[in-house]
Amino acid sequence: MSIFTRGFGGRRDADGVTLPPGQHLTDGFPVLSAGPTQYVEPEDWAFTITTETDAKRTWSWDDLLQLPNEDVEVDIHCVTRWSKLATRWRGVPVEAFFEDSESEADYVMAHSYGGYTTNLPLEDLLDGKAWLVHEYDGGPIPAEHGGPVRLLVPHLYLWKSAKWLSGFTMLIGDEPGFWEGFGYHNYGDPWREERYAGD
Amino acid sequence: MNPPSEHSSNALDGSAAAGQFAEVFAVDVSTVTVTCGGCNAPAAFAEQHAFIAGPGTVIRCRGCDHIVARLVQTPDETWLELSGSASWRFPLTPPPS
Amino acid sequence: MTEAAARTRGKLGSPRPTWFPARLVGLRSETATARTLAFEVPGWPGHLAGQHVDVRLTAADGYSAQRAYSISAPTDGDRVSITVQEVGGGEVSPYLEETMELGDQLEVRGPIGGWFVWSPSPDAPVEQPVLLVAGGSGVVPLMAMVRERARSCSRAPFRLVYSVRSPSEVLYAAELAERAANGDGLRVDLIHTRNGPADGSRPVGRITAADLATPSDAGWPDNPRPRAYVCGPTAFVEHSIRLLLDIGYSNSNIRAERFGPSGG
Repeated sequence: MSIFTRGFGGRRDADGVTLPPGQHLTDGFPVLSAGPTQYVEPEDWAFTITTETDAKRTWSWDDLLQLPNEDVEVDIHCVTRWSKLATRWRGVPVEAFFEDSESEADYVMAHSYGGYTTNLPLEDLLDGKAWLVHEYDGGPIPAEHGGPVRLLVPHLYLWKSAKWLSGFTMLIGDEPGFWEGFGYHNYGDPWREERYAGD
Repeated sequence: MNPPSEHSSNALDGSAAAGQFAEVFAVDVSTVTVTCGGCNAPAAFAEQHAFIAGPGTVIRCRGCDHIVARLVQTPDETWLELSGSASWRFPLTPPPS
Repeated sequence: MTEAAARTRGKLGSPRPTWFPARLVGLRSETATARTLAFEVPGWPGHLAGQHVDVRLTAADGYSAQRAYSISAPTDGDRVSITVQEVGGGEVSPYLEETMELGDQLEVRGPIGGWFVWSPSPDAPVEQPVLLVAGGSGVVPLMAMVRERARSCSRAPFRLVYSVRSPSEVLYAAELAERAANGDGLRVDLIHTRNGPADGSRPVGRITAADLATPSDAGWPDNPRPRAYVCGPTAFVEHSIRLLLDIGYSNSNIRAERFGPSGG
């Protein structure tokens, strides 16, 4: 038996913008985390791609800024049902890190400082679909929102956009990350409402 | 990485998550003594650190941040993981004398 | 174990909290930005001072949101009261603070929390003194303890150190002043961090170790050592705990409940 509460309900429409099914608009920017906020100074930050043969390549903060950076404006959708429209970020398209890659792997495990992981097909990170971002709304990304550098993959639920990004591991075979192995969908397309394992 | 001293933890107390865990336990788990599988330190569930409001709830050892429990509630299932705990001890109330 | 041992063994404590329908039957404004909501909860099993409930709101389309609130008054049949402080944003607090009307319904799960609780010890030869440290709306569960102490006629020495930004934010101001004036062992000390009263004896500023040290005229026994309950936003609680450890409290005598960065 469910009790409905009079007068309670979230905003569903967005002045003509269609939201993915089951999502509601938010004006804020909720901070959701599986663990303590990580505090990494830009000068201490490093991003390492480890291939399936264990070859490693590392970029520093300065390297990141030297790569082609662009401004992007995207809608973001969290599996906990909030969506935020027209968020503005600045960063480097992920394909820039794969230009000289000799990896033949099709899957990536993204790693965060602090131990969080999330898995994605490599093709969902290329061709203008994803960025390593270091600015939000015109300024440095606050630590609570994943700064100094986070992954941004707006076409999937936001748990795939790993905060405090520290590296990618290339995988020949797909493996589930932190939430994918524990109740959540392996892929996470908000437009097909792929929230949970078995959806 | 531990936060610099001027930053405050974003953790809540375990008691904030006790309601969710009530779905799958026979008791309110706030007073359970949870021994961390990482550092072996015991503390009440209520004293451990809870991270709620993400896709799921994560309980971490207040001493070393090791994950001692995870809980996810989907429409069809509840997932529970306790592999990071060395033990859970449930106190009994004394029988009426 | 043997049958005899099984017969005399205790039962698992702390009954499992479950969901109950709740109807709003009372409203009381506490400050310009906070009000107390009293619910009628048929079947409520009763609760201890310091415990909380999860409050769940469900919209007509099935969307639901949930938040934890401390119970503000001791157990009283099927009555469960919470005090809600307006916080910027959020989904549940604005509804409870502004929209909900008498007769409206929601669901509560509880009682939750067997750790951050206080009960009188009528059989103890000397009752343990209690220091309550409140940051803003962290005073709510501590007020339940103050009210429980009065209701049970406990003689446990109680001291509430209550930190607020300004006098207009003090919850239960009149009641606290009245109870403290009773002379029955409750002392209330207010800490103002931004604006103080004109006749304030303490300079405006953040809580310090001196604020928490047992006053020399308190008359507290040497044994048992006092127990501290600290409640409020995370930063306040962590700072207060550090101060308590500095002045000689041990971890085993400190119980804390953190609300997170946004407060209760």
